Amino acid sequence: MTIPILSARNIEKSFGQMRAMQGASFDIHKGEVVALIGDNGAGKSTLTKILSGVLAPDSGEIYVDGKLVSFGSPLDARSHGIETVYQDLSLALDLNAVQNLYLGREIAAPGVLGRLGFLDKSRMRINAQESFSRLGVRVPDIRAAVANFSGGQRQGIAVARALMWAKRVVFMDEPTAALGVAQTRNVLELIRRVRDTGVSVVLISHSMPDVLAVSDRVTVLRHGRRVATYTTSAITSDDLVGAMTGALEPEGAAA
Amino acid sequence: MQHDTPPPAPFLRKLLDSPELMIFGSLILIIVIFMIMAPAAFLSGINLRNMAIEASMMMILAVGMTYVIVTSGIDLSVGAVLVFSSVVSVITMRATGSDAAWVPVLGLVVSLLSGAAWGLINGILIARARLTPLIVTLATMGVALGLARLLTGGIDLTGVPRSIVNSIGIGRIGGIPVIVLIACIFAIIGGVVLHMTRFGLYTYAIGSNEQGARRAGVKLQRHLIIVYVISGLCAGLAGYLTLARFSSTTISGHSMDNLKAITAVVLGGASLFGGIGSMYGTAAGVFIPVVLASGLIIVGLPSFWQEVAVGMVLLAAVLLDQYRRRSRSS
Ligand SMILES: Nc1ncnc2c1ncn2[C@@H]1O[C@H](COP(=O)(O)OP(=O)(O)OP(=O)(O)O)[C@@H](O)[C@H]1O
Ligand SMILES: [Mg+2]
Repeated sequence: MTIPILSARNIEKSFGQMRAMQGASFDIHKGEVVALIGDNGAGKSTLTKILSGVLAPDSGEIYVDGKLVSFGSPLDARSHGIETVYQDLSLALDLNAVQNLYLGREIAAPGVLGRLGFLDKSRMRINAQESFSRLGVRVPDIRAAVANFSGGQRQGIAVARALMWAKRVVFMDEPTAALGVAQTRNVLELIRRVRDTGVSVVLISHSMPDVLAVSDRVTVLRHGRRVATYTTSAITSDDLVGAMTGALEPEGAAA
Repeated sequence: MQHDTPPPAPFLRKLLDSPELMIFGSLILIIVIFMIMAPAAFLSGINLRNMAIEASMMMILAVGMTYVIVTSGIDLSVGAVLVFSSVVSVITMRATGSDAAWVPVLGLVVSLLSGAAWGLINGILIARARLTPLIVTLATMGVALGLARLLTGGIDLTGVPRSIVNSIGIGRIGGIPVIVLIACIFAIIGGVVLHMTRFGLYTYAIGSNEQGARRAGVKLQRHLIIVYVISGLCAGLAGYLTLARFSSTTISGHSMDNLKAITAVVLGGASLFGGIGSMYGTAAGVFIPVVLASGLIIVGLPSFWQEVAVGMVLLAAVLLDQYRRRSRSS
């Protein structure tokens, strides 16, 4: 049994009265695609934020390569090679695609200017253009504010940003929600390609065909708990719907 | 390559997309009109100098206000902080009882420190305590002005060292008033930092999406605090320059400075929702009220028209910003 590259144990998180995480656990191994599914409000985004360092859990543990860690900020998670496509995309709409891609990780200008805070804009632009075309993400105008783009185009930029930097795990919180058929297929293809480079992917999606098409395993959340984990090749869409809607007991609840 | 070429924007669309262009256009239009109507008086050395000095004083406040507004904040305290800083500066300089060369330097340091301290208070309350900038700076405005009045008994202090007045207040280098030179250098530095450095980029990122900036690793609280400190520093500097200009404090003369600075920044194309704005736009925005005021007097119209005109242009600017936001967030 290999050690998961990222796992969570008994995560609890409440927002006031609302118990969003009620002892959730989660595991992902190197180079696999795990689909994280569950009904609206099951806690998928909350778990994603906790494992991305955005939210601190009330209790529970997070392990990276079997070692206990705690994420005080998104930077901590990032330093472990974890990147995230947030459900709200988390783009700065008034900045352009290049600035969004590099936000927080700008390339400094060479020499003294760089130390004064000046940036190497042309290098970032060239690298970004290269990344976008390698990832097949269409950016209508590389200098225009992202606000001018369609929902699907923005999603493409957010996906490209996460994939460009991820070393260990990419969380994708409904990355295809605003995408058409062709663009969705492109994202699924990207997920496979990323997986083949040894980076693991957590895909959150409400689309069962997408989940079945791309994932190696499926983890089902309900009421802030993991109710089941399946190997994708052994299940059907109906099994998953059953698990999400409550035909199964949460893990630990039975026996 | 995967990049579609954008459709060629029609001229009107381009103009709408670039508020700085519109404001520069309007400024040039106004200047041309006054130049045609009263070339001699409008272009006289003294009128040009007066306009430049007026604009320069406002520009210094507007530099800091641009940063604040780009983060989607607001700083109502600048005028009061200006007054407070000039008061403590004079008091300190008088207390030395000396007219040595270091006294004006001490006065400058005190004024800047005072401004920075008020900015720090604003910043900490806004970034750490998560209070709204409007209320925080409204409160510090009252406190700073009240304290300045308490310190002086409400009567303006004289006793500003002559050397400051001579070298800065009425000084000129190559025919250009020193205050104007200071403001130019200050604005250029402010613009370069805003538009070309990481600090400036993060300022826009915070104004666009605070959450997103934080998730991307921007140190949100620290950055916001620094932005308000910059605004305070600007007010401190402006306070010192008013001392040099009038050789006394001007306690009751700055009650509208905050709104004038905000007006300039918004006229310059900045959005009160944050994320949008530029230093060159602000520079144009600073000149419009000044040029209108002086030009209207020269052509013999009541200068009150300036207030009417500025108000209407301001409304137009805000409406335009609203329109742009609607048309893009589909
Ligand atoms: N910041 C918050 N404050 C209060 N309640 C919250 C907050 N974030 C999440 N919740 C609540 O926690 C629960 C889990 O939310 P979460 O967003 O994780 O669900 P989800 O599985 O991602 O749902 P969806 O499929 O709709 O995206 C919901 O009931 C939600 O209302
Ligand atoms: Mg969600």
